[in-house]
Amino acid sequence: MGFLDIDNTTKSYGAVEVLHNVDISVEEGEFLVLVGPSGCGKSTLLNMIAGLEDISSGEIRIKDQLMNGVHPSKRNIAMVFQSYALYPNMTVGQNITFGLEMHGVPKPEREKAMHEVANLLQIENFLDRKPGALSGGQRQRVAMGRALVRNPDVFLFDEPLSNLDAKLRVDMRTEIKKLHQKLGTTIVYVTHDQIEALTLSTRIAVMNGGYVQQLGTPQEIYDTPANIFVATFMGSPAMNVIPAKVDMQNGRPVACVETHDGTTSTLPFSQDNLSEWNGKDILLGIRPETITDEDAADRKSSNIAHLTNQVVVTEPAGSDTFVSMTLGGRDVIARMRSDAEVKPGADFTFAVNMEKAVAFDPATEMRIPA
Amino acid sequence: MAHLANADFKTRLQSWLPKLVLSPSLALVLVFVYGFIIFSVYLSFTDSRLLPSYGWVGWENYSKLWRLSHWETSLINMGIFAFLYIGICTVLGLGLAIFLDQKIRGEGVIRTIYLYPMALSFIVTGTAWKWFLDPGIGLENVMQTWGWESFEFDWIKNRDFAIYTVVLAAVWQTSGFVMAMFLAGLRGIDNEMLKAAQMDGASNWNLYRRIIIPQLRPAFLSAFVILSHLAIKTFDLVIALTGGGPGRATELPATFMYSYTFTRNQMGIGAASATIMLMTIAAIMIPYLYAELREKK
Amino acid sequence: MSVATQDTAIRTGRVMRTLIYLVLLLFVLFYMLPLYVMLVNSVKPLEEITGGGMMNLPQVFTLEPWFKAWSSAQIGVEPTGLSPYFWNSIKMVVPAVIISTVLGALNGYVLTKWRFRGDTILFGLMLFACFIPFQIVLIPMARVLGELGLAGSTWGLSLVHIVYGIGFTTLYFRNYYAVFPTELIRAAQIDGAGFFQIFWRILLPSSGPIAVVSIIWQFTNIWNDFLFGASFAGANNQPMTVALNNLVQASHGVKEYNVHFAGAILAALPTLLVYIVAGRYFVRGLMAGSVKG
Repeated sequence: MGFLDIDNTTKSYGAVEVLHNVDISVEEGEFLVLVGPSGCGKSTLLNMIAGLEDISSGEIRIKDQLMNGVHPSKRNIAMVFQSYALYPNMTVGQNITFGLEMHGVPKPEREKAMHEVANLLQIENFLDRKPGALSGGQRQRVAMGRALVRNPDVFLFDEPLSNLDAKLRVDMRTEIKKLHQKLGTTIVYVTHDQIEALTLSTRIAVMNGGYVQQLGTPQEIYDTPANIFVATFMGSPAMNVIPAKVDMQNGRPVACVETHDGTTSTLPFSQDNLSEWNGKDILLGIRPETITDEDAADRKSSNIAHLTNQVVVTEPAGSDTFVSMTLGGRDVIARMRSDAEVKPGADFTFAVNMEKAVAFDPATEMRIPA
Repeated sequence: MAHLANADFKTRLQSWLPKLVLSPSLALVLVFVYGFIIFSVYLSFTDSRLLPSYGWVGWENYSKLWRLSHWETSLINMGIFAFLYIGICTVLGLGLAIFLDQKIRGEGVIRTIYLYPMALSFIVTGTAWKWFLDPGIGLENVMQTWGWESFEFDWIKNRDFAIYTVVLAAVWQTSGFVMAMFLAGLRGIDNEMLKAAQMDGASNWNLYRRIIIPQLRPAFLSAFVILSHLAIKTFDLVIALTGGGPGRATELPATFMYSYTFTRNQMGIGAASATIMLMTIAAIMIPYLYAELREKK
Repeated sequence: MSVATQDTAIRTGRVMRTLIYLVLLLFVLFYMLPLYVMLVNSVKPLEEITGGGMMNLPQVFTLEPWFKAWSSAQIGVEPTGLSPYFWNSIKMVVPAVIISTVLGALNGYVLTKWRFRGDTILFGLMLFACFIPFQIVLIPMARVLGELGLAGSTWGLSLVHIVYGIGFTTLYFRNYYAVFPTELIRAAQIDGAGFFQIFWRILLPSSGPIAVVSIIWQFTNIWNDFLFGASFAGANNQPMTVALNNLVQASHGVKEYNVHFAGAILAALPTLLVYIVAGRYFVRGLMAGSVKG
C-alpha cells in the first residue's frame, strides 16, 4: 500500500477508452514523472489524480483514502499548471493565499504562510504585483508558491516548464529538484520532455497510447527499456535500432549486421540467453554514446566490439560530434568526442560497447530479457 | 462520518449547480421561443380570427394565403428587396472594405462614419429618408429650387419604384456593418502570403481576385446569413418609411403578417404567413449554425 | 480581430489612391447625409424646409422644434411631446439590459467551463432564438403577457426583451469565456473555490470588455426595437420608437418636419452617444456578434 495508489484505473470518453488499466503505487517522498508524447494520456491521468476528471473504473487512493468522486479541493493536493494559471485580477499575494482563504484559514495565518513561502521561493519583492507584470520565471515561482502554501499531501505538476525558454527551463528544473530534496514532498510530474523526466524523477512511468509502457527508475528505463517505444522515446539522440540476425561464434551469440556495402559484421553479445535466438532475426538496440572511437571506449566494459563502416555525415555539436552511418539499412548515429578524426565518405573503425546493447523481438517489439 | 456525508452532499450540489444555473434561461427560451413557435404553427391550422380559436381547419389558411394577391405582392417585393439589399450591401461592403484597407489616412474616423447608421433605430432611419425623398420638400423640391426645374424624383410616392427606396434606406443602414465584417476578414489575411504573391508577379487586381477574395469566404457566408435574416425580418423600416404604400407597393411578409393578425383579424392567415417566414429563415440559419457549432467543438 | 491599421503588402499608384480617397469621401457624404438633413432641419423654422431649403443651413436658428418635440408635440391623443416616452424606454431598457447580460454571463460560464453532454445543442437552441422572425411569437406572447398580468406594462416589455436577448448575450460571453484559460478554473477548483466563487472572484473581474459589448449591444437593440413596443405596449408606456412613429405618421394638422427631425434625433441620441463614446467596443462587439468569432 503506497502513499498514492492508482489501482487498475481506466478512463473512457463514451465508448473510447483513453487510459487502460493503469497501476502505479507511489511512496511518500517519491518524485514520479509521467512522460510520453502528446495524447498518451499522461495529463488525463494527472487530472484524474487531481479530481478534475472522473475515474471511469478502478480506484485512486491517497493515504489509503478513496478519492473517487471526492472534490479536488478536498483531496489535499496542489497543482502547478503549464500556463501557471495565475488569477490575472489578483496580486501575487492574493494568488498565493486564495486557496487558504477558500478553505477558511484566518487572515493572520494566511499572511504568515504566504511570507514563509515567498521567502522560500524568493518572491517577497513582488507580492503586491499582478501576474501580468511578472516574467515567465517569476510566474513559475508564484505558481509553485500557490501550491506549496497549502502544504498538500501530493504535488501535481502539469508540464510546468514547457512555457519557459531553454535556459530558464534548465534553471527551474534544478530549482524544482532542490525544492524536492529540501521538502521531501510527494510529487507527480507530467512532461513530454524525456530529459526532464530523467533528471528530476526518482521513478518514471513512460506512457504511450493510453498504456504505461514501463515503470521504473531513470536508470532502469534508460538501460533496460521494456520495448522499442521506450528505447527510442527516452534518450537523445534516440537509441539506434538495427535489424540483425543472431549467429553463434565460439559458442557465444553474436549479432550479424549489414554495413553500407552489403558485407556482414559481427558484434558479440554479452547477454548469454540470446543463443536461444540462434538463426533468428532480432532488432539490436545500441545507444549512440556506446558507439565511439577506440580511445573513447568505456574501459570498464568487458565487451568492446569493433566495426568498420563508412561515415555518411558528421555533425559537430560543440562538446560532441554526431556521426551517422548506415547499418542494416538504417541510419545509425554514433556520439563521438568532438576531436575524433572522422571524415564523411571515409571508412572508420568504431568501438561498440556491447555490454550496454539490448535486443528486441521484432514481432512483439519487446526487449528480450536477460 | 457525518461530516463526510455532508461534504459529499456539497460536492454533489456543486456538480448540479451549472445545470441549475442554466435552467431558467433554458426554460424561458423553451417556452417563449419553441413553445410559442409550436403554438403559432398550431394556430395556422385553426379558424382563429380576432382571438385564438381551436377549430381545426387543416391547410385552409395556407391555401387562402397563397390565393391572396396581397401576399403575392409582399413575396414579390421580398424577392426584389432581398436580392438588391443583399447584393448591394455585399458589393458595397466589400468594395469599401478593400478601399479602406489601403492604409487610408483617417481610417478610424471614416470607419466610424460608415458604421454609425447601425446604431440607429429603423424608425429614425425611416423618418430621415422619408422626408428627404419626399418630392414635396425633399430632394426633388431642393433641386427644383436650385434651378433644375425639370428634376423629378418621386420614387417614394411611385408604386413602381417605392420598393427601391426601402432598399436604399436599408443599404444605408447596414452596408457599413458589412464593410466592417469584410475589413476584419481582410485584416486576418496573412501579409507574407501577399508578399509572396507579389514576388510571383501578381498584379493588385489578380491579388484580390485570385488570392484575397477567395479567402474571404467565411465573411461572405456570415454576411449573407445575417443580411438574409435581416431582410426577412424587415418591418420597422417599411412602417416608418412608406407604411407599406403607396397602396401595397412596399408590403413585405412581416408587414403583411402584422396587418392580417392585428388589424384585419385574420389570425389564422397571419400565423400561416409567420410560419412561412420562420421556415425560410430556418432553412438558412440551421445549416449555418450547425456548421458553426460543429466547427467550434 | 485587430482593427488597427496594419502593414499592408499592397501598394497602389498615385492615380489609384486619389480615386480611392474620392470614393471613400463620396460615401462619407452618403452616410452623413441623413444625419445632416436631420440636424440642420431640426433647428430651422418650418417655412425654410417647405420653401425648398432642406439642404441649406438654417437662415434663422431656432431650438423651438426641439422643445416642441420633447415636451409639447401631439403624440397620439395627448400633446405631451416625446419626453414621457423617453423615460418609458429607459425604464424598459435598463432592467432588460442588466438581467439579460447577467443571465448571458452565467450561461456563457456554464457552457464553456462546466460543459456537459448536449450543451452545444442547448446553446444552438438559444442561439437560433435570436434569429427567428418575431412575428412567429407575437400572438402567443400577447396572450401569455395577458395571463401573467403583464399586458401593456413596462415589465412585460422588459421580459420580452430579456427572453429574446439571452441568445445574443450568451453568445458573447460564451465566445469570450471559451478563450479564457480553463486551467484557471481548475486551479481555483483545487484551491477550493465553488461554482459561484469561481465566477465571482476569477471570471467576472476579467469580464469587463465583454460586459461592455453585451450591454451596448442589448441597449442598442432594445432601445431601437419597434415591433415588440408597437405590439405589446399600452398607451401609457409606449417606448420612444413607437412614439416617434406616431408623431411622424400623424395624419392630422400640418406636418411639422422640423419637429419630426428633432424627435428623430432625440430617439437616436442615446444609442448614438453610446456608439460615439464606446464605439471601439461596439465595433468589436459587432464582430463578435457575427457568429464567426
